[in-house]
Amino acid sequence: MTLLQVDDMSKAFGANQVIEGLSFGVSPGAIHSIIGPNGAGKTTLFNLITGIYRADRGRVLFDGRDVTALQPHELAKCGISRTFQNLQVFLNMSALENVMAGMHLHSDHRFWPSLFHLPMITRRDRELAEEARRLMAFVNLEDYLDAHASAMPYGALKRLEIARALATKSKLMLLDEPAAGLNPSETRAIDGLIQKIAESGVTVILVEHDMRLVMGVSDHILVLEGGRKLAEGTAGEIRHNPDVVAAYLGESARKQ
Amino acid sequence: MSFWNSSRSGGLVALALVIALLPLTFPNTYFFNVAILIGLNAIVCIGLNLLIGYAGQISLGHAGFFGLGAYVAAILSSNHGVPPLAALLLAALLVGVLAFAVARPIMRLKGHYLAMGTLGLGIIIAIVLNQEVGLTGGPDGMPVDSFSLLGWQPYGDRIWYWIVGVLLLATVWLALNLIDSPVGRALRALHGSEVAAAAAGINVVRFKVLVFVTSAILASLAGSIFAFYTGFITPGEANFFHSLELVAMVVLGGLASIYGALIGAAILTILPQLLTVFHDYEMMMLGLIMMLVMIFMRKGLVPTLANLLWRRGS
Repeated sequence: MTLLQVDDMSKAFGANQVIEGLSFGVSPGAIHSIIGPNGAGKTTLFNLITGIYRADRGRVLFDGRDVTALQPHELAKCGISRTFQNLQVFLNMSALENVMAGMHLHSDHRFWPSLFHLPMITRRDRELAEEARRLMAFVNLEDYLDAHASAMPYGALKRLEIARALATKSKLMLLDEPAAGLNPSETRAIDGLIQKIAESGVTVILVEHDMRLVMGVSDHILVLEGGRKLAEGTAGEIRHNPDVVAAYLGESARKQ
Repeated sequence: MSFWNSSRSGGLVALALVIALLPLTFPNTYFFNVAILIGLNAIVCIGLNLLIGYAGQISLGHAGFFGLGAYVAAILSSNHGVPPLAALLLAALLVGVLAFAVARPIMRLKGHYLAMGTLGLGIIIAIVLNQEVGLTGGPDGMPVDSFSLLGWQPYGDRIWYWIVGVLLLATVWLALNLIDSPVGRALRALHGSEVAAAAAGINVVRFKVLVFVTSAILASLAGSIFAFYTGFITPGEANFFHSLELVAMVVLGGLASIYGALIGAAILTILPQLLTVFHDYEMMMLGLIMMLVMIFMRKGLVPTLANLLWRRGS
């Protein structure tokens, strides 16, 4: 049984074929990593799965349902959440409101009750704020409960995005380079956080350049090169796959 | 009651007091007249600030909705005998439907394109009001029968002052409610990042359309009341210059600040009354004010001052 199934997907930007005939499946309850050199199509693949780009060919099945042509917000409703490689935090809001905005699907966002601030809106908002505080603690942001997002350091914003993605209560979370720009100790903390997320029952797909992080946390790795699947398997299999070693990991990985 | 323990209530009570006590300082009815204009502009600007300041979408055509609200209410009540209150509500409904119809294509545009799209819309409305002489009286304008409700007629600036004051207070209250609700969070989120908002399940287009229609209806209501209050309207109410004036009020007072919209409306309504030179060079002065705000106070008056006070306090 697979949670996410990508079938024969292709995407080109002009003459540049970014994804070509790519198929793979993601089984529930594990950490899947997608690695590959720059330009291999990793972020494009994320944008295709989350509906930001429309594939030229191919299908995406999520939870047994064809979700290929859905809009980003509809995919969020299906249970897919994500973070962004270049931060997309709502810098015009407080940290807590960022997480609460992530709970949009679980909030009562009807116009008229909101306009008159009916008691049900206030009550539900108080519950959401409580839950948002719990989520911020879950990602170790308890020091920023009252902070404005624009006043937070980079590393904290990375985790705030993860908290916001968690707030959607998705079944599948796509993390686009969560460790990029972090120092080694912050990266180790993200490592632990990703495992905690997976243990909470959320399936994780990870795109990451930090090989130590990828090899440490991944149950399954997909290697892309030039928009095609180069290899697939466990961390051990990938590490010893000669194609992968030649194309991507290089000599340093074999020594580890 | 949640009303009393929320932080909003302080500002609302203060505003209610200002509205209630201000007339004590007015030496003559001319001041009531200016205050009413401030109130009507503020209602439009609060709606416009929901769109520009909170949701991050520009509109250079909102005077079109104001003018349309004025003319539709005037034509329905004066030429077709529709009761004024019904005419006002019908005008709001019509403007709401029009805003909804144009919002779906227009709100897909971003930045400069959205500015051009809304600019075009406002210009088209102004042209129609100018050209449909049989319906609107053309560039000479049209007289409007006075407002009446079940035989009661608000007569004189004092009565209108209280009507507009209550409406302004209600608008501020509703706008503050909306901002501090899941709808308001969705609007601010799509301003912060459209892709991230969508990834959080927010239907970006739906909320943009919602805020556009809401702000258009507020402009229409203010326009209708303006028509009944002044008793005479011209297509000038709908022109591009008025749209620009409204945006300048929002920017001067402060983007994403409800009270900022009010202060901006007050300043830019009073200024031309005080300085005749402002009146002669209004376009230029507006441009100058916009430039100075952008250079020295990008957040606008109210947020900048609030920041200063907050910093001094802590």
